[in-house]
Order: sequence, then C-alpha cells, then structure tokens
Amino acid sequence: MVTRREVIDDLRRQIERLGGTYGSRKFLPFGVLALDRHLPGRGLTLGALHEVVEHGPAAEFAGSATFFTAGIAARLKGPVLWCLTRRDLFAPGLMKVSLHPDRVIYAETNRDADVLPLIEEGLHQKGLGAVIGEVSRLGLTTSRRLQVAAEASGVPALVIRRWWTVAQKDLTKLPTAASTRWRVSPVPSEVVPAGGLKRGRWQVELVRCRGAEPRSWILEACNAQGRLALPADLANRQDQAQVR
Amino acid sequence: MRRVVSLYLLTWPTDRIRRKFGDPPREKPLVTVNKQGSRRLIASACLAARKVGLIEGMAVAKAQAMVPDLHIIDADPDGESASLRQLAEWLIRFSPVVAPDPPDGIWIDIAGVEHLFGGEEALLNKLIDRVENNGIHARAAIADVPGAAWAVARYGKGGIIPPGRTVDAVSALPVQALRLSHETVSTMHRLGVERVGQLAAMPRAPMVRRFGREASLRLDQALGHAFEPITPMIPEEAVIASRAFAEPIGRLEDLKLVVRRLAEEMCQSLGNRGEGVRRLDLIVRRVDQKGASLRVGTAKATRDHVHLAKLFDEKIETVDPGFGIEEIVLVANRVDPLSEKQTVVRGIEAEDEAVDLSQLVDRLTARIGEDRVYRLAPVQSRVPERMTRRISALAPPSESSWPESLERPTRLLDPPESIMTTALLPDHPPGSFIWRRVRYKVTKADGPERITSEWWLGDEQKWIRDYYRLETTEGARFWIFRDAPMSEGGRWWMHGFFA
Repeated sequence: MVTRREVIDDLRRQIERLGGTYGSRKFLPFGVLALDRHLPGRGLTLGALHEVVEHGPAAEFAGSATFFTAGIAARLKGPVLWCLTRRDLFAPGLMKVSLHPDRVIYAETNRDADVLPLIEEGLHQKGLGAVIGEVSRLGLTTSRRLQVAAEASGVPALVIRRWWTVAQKDLTKLPTAASTRWRVSPVPSEVVPAGGLKRGRWQVELVRCRGAEPRSWILEACNAQGRLALPADLANRQDQAQVR
Repeated sequence: MRRVVSLYLLTWPTDRIRRKFGDPPREKPLVTVNKQGSRRLIASACLAARKVGLIEGMAVAKAQAMVPDLHIIDADPDGESASLRQLAEWLIRFSPVVAPDPPDGIWIDIAGVEHLFGGEEALLNKLIDRVENNGIHARAAIADVPGAAWAVARYGKGGIIPPGRTVDAVSALPVQALRLSHETVSTMHRLGVERVGQLAAMPRAPMVRRFGREASLRLDQALGHAFEPITPMIPEEAVIASRAFAEPIGRLEDLKLVVRRLAEEMCQSLGNRGEGVRRLDLIVRRVDQKGASLRVGTAKATRDHVHLAKLFDEKIETVDPGFGIEEIVLVANRVDPLSEKQTVVRGIEAEDEAVDLSQLVDRLTARIGEDRVYRLAPVQSRVPERMTRRISALAPPSESSWPESLERPTRLLDPPESIMTTALLPDHPPGSFIWRRVRYKVTKADGPERITSEWWLGDEQKWIRDYYRLETTEGARFWIFRDAPMSEGGRWWMHGFFA
C-alpha cells in the first residue's frame, strides 16, 4: 500500500528532477546552528546564485557585505574569481578571513553590463571555489542565466549588490532569480570596558530564500576562518530569532 | 661578399647507425651494404673498417673473409638523407642559410654571422666540436664560394681559405674535387689531367668539347667564376589551416562554424608535431580585398580546439563581412611544445588535482584584455596604497601574504576624503565626525597606529599618518587617519571601511 507520505516524497523528487538539480546539490553550513537549521539543506546551496546587499551607513562601500561574502568564499575549496568594476577593494583586508591572495583571480571591467558575462564565464569553470561579482543591476533574465550556470557546474555565484545612487539602491529591492538574498548591516558591537574594538557585529537578514521564510539574526562578524558566530551575550536570548 | 662553410661528414652512414642504435662500439668495424644485382657491395665503411683495409665498393664476401666479426647493416639512403636534413635543421643555430648537401655534406652560408661566434676560426671550431660531440666525424672548410669549400673540405685539409685565395687553394687539388661524374674523372686521368690547376690552364673550348659542359661549369663554380646558389632550408614553421569558399559567405554563424572546423584541423596537425598554441591569428579575406584579422593568445599551450574556437566567439562579431568572405586562414604564429598527459583514469576520479585555470583566464582575457585579469600579490610595505601589486593571473603562487593580525579595511577610499571632527582632547580619537555631510557619533575607537613615509622607497615628502578604527552608534566601522600630530595642525581623513 502506498502511503500518503511516499506519494508526496515521490512528487517532490519529480519536481526536483524537473529543476535539473536532483541529487547534485551540495551545501556549505555556516556553522551557526540557528542559521543552518533555518536554511533548506542545512547550509548555503553551492550550485546557486546568492545575493548580498549591505544596509546601513556607508553601505555604498559594502565593507560588511564584502567581508561576509569573502568569509563564505574563504571556507570553500579552490580558487575564487572576483569580478569587479571599481578599484576600491582592499585585498589585505581579506586576510582577516584567511582568503589567501594566491587563491583570488580578479577580473576588472568598467561597466556593470560587462561584469555579468565574466561571472557567467567563471561559473562554467568547474573546480572554482566561488565566483564573486559586484554589480548594481541584476535583472531577472541575467540572474536566471547565472543561476542555471551555477547549477550546471556546482560553483556558487556570490553577487555583492553595489549601489551609488538612490535609483540604484532601489534596484536591489527588485526580485531576481537568486536562490537567496542576504542583507548585512552593522550593529553596535559588545562594549569593551578597557576601550578598543572587539569583533564586529552584524544583523544578518535572509531577505529572500527559496524554500525558507525570511528571517534575521544578530551575529558576530567573520573570524579568521571566515566563520560567523552567535554573540555570547545574545546566545541564550529566547526571542533573538525574531529580532528584525 | 659570400663566405660559405662546407661541412663534410666523413662517415655519415655508419655514424648515423651508431647514433641511432648506440652500437656497435667505435673500435669494431662497421659497414653498410647495398645490392647491385646479386652482388652485395660495401656502401660505406667506418673509420675502424677503413683501418683494416675495407673500402667502399668491395664485395661483402671478401670483406667478411678479411674481418670475420664484421658488423654489416643494409644501407638506407632515404633514412640517411632524412637524418641529414634533421642535422641541417639543427645547424640553423649557426646561420639562417643552411642547406643539406646530399649524400654527406651540409652547406652553411656564414656571411655576416661569424662575428657572433668570435671570428671564422672560432665558428669553425665550435661547429666541428658540436658535430663531433654528437659522434659524427666531420671536416669543414670556409671559402668564398661553395664549390671551393666543398673541394677543400673533402680533398684538402679543411680549414679557412682566406678571401680571394680560392684559386690557389683549389688548383693543387685532384680533379675529383670538382664534383664530376666518374666517367669524366677517368677520362681526365686517361689524358693525364690529375689536378684542378691543369684543367684550369687548358684552353676552354677544346676542354669543353672533350669533357663536356659539366666539367667547365664545375670548374667555374670551384674557382668562383660562376655563381652557385644555396637554397636555404625552410623549417616547417607556422601551422596554417585555411579554407577558401567558392561562394563568399557572410553569416556570422557560418564564420564561427568554419573557425571551429579550422581549429580542429589545426589542432590535429599540432598534435602530430607535439605542440600547442600560444598565439593564434584569424585572417579573414573579403571579396573586396579588404581584410580583417583577429588575434587571441592563450596562457598555456593548448590543443583544445573547442576552447580555441570559443576564444574567437566574442571577437568574431566585430568582423564586418561586407559583400562576403572569400577565405579564412587560421595561423598558429606562436607554439610551444605540449605533450599529452594522462589525467583521468577510468573508474578513478582525479583527486585534489590543482584546478587548471588557464582556459578560464584565456576566456576572460579574450573578453576584457590581458591587463585586466590579474592576481594581487603582497608587497612588503606598510603604506596601504602600496600593499598590493598586480601579477599575472597564472603566475606561480607567491606563498607570502599580508599579516593576518593587521586590522585592515575591506574597502579603501582612494584618494582619502577630508572629514570634520570634534575630539575631547587634541590627541584623542574623534568623538564625532562629519563625512559627506552626515554626522556620525563615535562610540568606540582603537588606535592610533602610526604609519610613516618610506624614505628608502624614495618618498621625498616626509609624512606621518595616525590611523584610528572607529565604530559609530549604528555599529559601522571606519578607518580614518590624521596626517600630522594635532599640535602641528593635522587634518583628518576618511580612508577605509571595515566589516
């Protein structure tokens, strides 16, 4: 006798197979239980497109989003392709997440429209750890292309949405075919009695995710291994997951 | 003025066999043999064989009777001339004009290159050294004309005939030195003509009647009265694949298809030569005689035709077919040796194999240009603007990196922007600042970290920067600096953004 559950499982498998990603998905756990438990697959889907947007003061420079993205790339194996349009990236800062300079190949263009083909080119290359792209305009069609390319090769595409004008900032709110969209905004860090600065702290929001509800967490910024962590003083708070 | 080397390989057929098989040892007599009818005659004999009295043209049976442990190998004229050609190609290192002179010689025109070797004598010594080091007995002569050099190398002692002394050098040599046929030589001998000088002294008209045109031509060539060209050997160089069309084509899709086919053909012929493409040119000839050419380069030698064709895909759209394209030529104008390597074994997956990024880099380079695909390498410097250096994307790993403990931002503002600050005390970090017309209140700060100008790198102006890391009430982190102590009127600058 076929139970109801088996029928549903079978249908689910058929749907996944239609999506072309059946059985080939891999995930990268964040190492933060609250985060991983919430994500389908218990981690970041590797063969997929992910967007990172920064929110807060000086968001046009995307310092935190860059760090967040570099942290993910650093924990993946293999070389990283970084496609950029502006020359404001400061590579020595990436050593804080142990993204070694030998691992990163940069490809630089002047225009947004030229970056997208480069990202796609990188996604066709099997064996890359990740492709990081900095764009402000990412339409539905182009994001779908990137998503399909990422699914085919298993290389994750991490797109940092940059913006310099209000109009460009509004673009980052439009829907894309990315499988997740993250919003990273800095929040005040733990107070150190003796003065000085400790590890930074972010509000990491999962704004959009295929197969999971939006949610937000307060997390400690990436450490030297590129890992996020729950803040010690917030770890036991009951309602922290509801903070938005 | 011409200066020609004639290189004479004394025992080329047997030397070749020794080089090829490494056997028999030099002191054992070795001969090559060819058949004339049912008789087997010695075609050539090595030095050891000559020493025991074996000569060319002797019957093998007799030779075997004289030397019981004689090594006998069938002569291979085709193989010999092919090997001679290879040797000549190798000698292109001495001069660009080199030609094989079958069966046992090589011409080298050294006019204008001898100074590279330190004179003719040094060149000649070096040439003979190199050839003898390879186990080939050789003698060489340099003269004004090929015929004289040939004669002196074979029938004289070799060496250098000074310019203008050709006649003296040649006239004492036997008439065989004129490259004449056997019949002519024996006719001359019958008539008592033994030396070249005798022949040259004879009245020309009766001489031609008696010995034929050949004798007079060879004599003129040896004495330098008649010009004898040396046809330089052209090594098989650029690999070319081309296609001409009976009907001009104009569609881009067709063009791409043809390029793919040509790339495939080219890779096949490169495969036979064990080479891979580093630089590839595509030449398009249009009906109206206008042409276009595209060039792509690869970071590593490759024979992957799909990859090569793909490199053109981007650029091919810039080709204007006009009224149609008549011919497409693909030229591999730079190649590197490339040998096959087994990377995948059936059933066993490659593990931890370093990812080959050369194809990705090629594709990116084809799109945006070589200088825009790069890696950043650390530079031993404390000045933020100088901490990175661009290196080629496929440069070997630098291994070194920036220190992890350094608190550095992920984004740098270049050039730094001036900010207005207020501070509690002159040398304290600011309590608040205004950047881009927005006021930020500082809650936490760390610093200062002093970075000074590097006089050893030629910084003419001496400067000091005191860097602070700040966190504002919202939690955003900034990297700012003061360009001089407050007491000296230092100003504040925004320089970077942290996570």
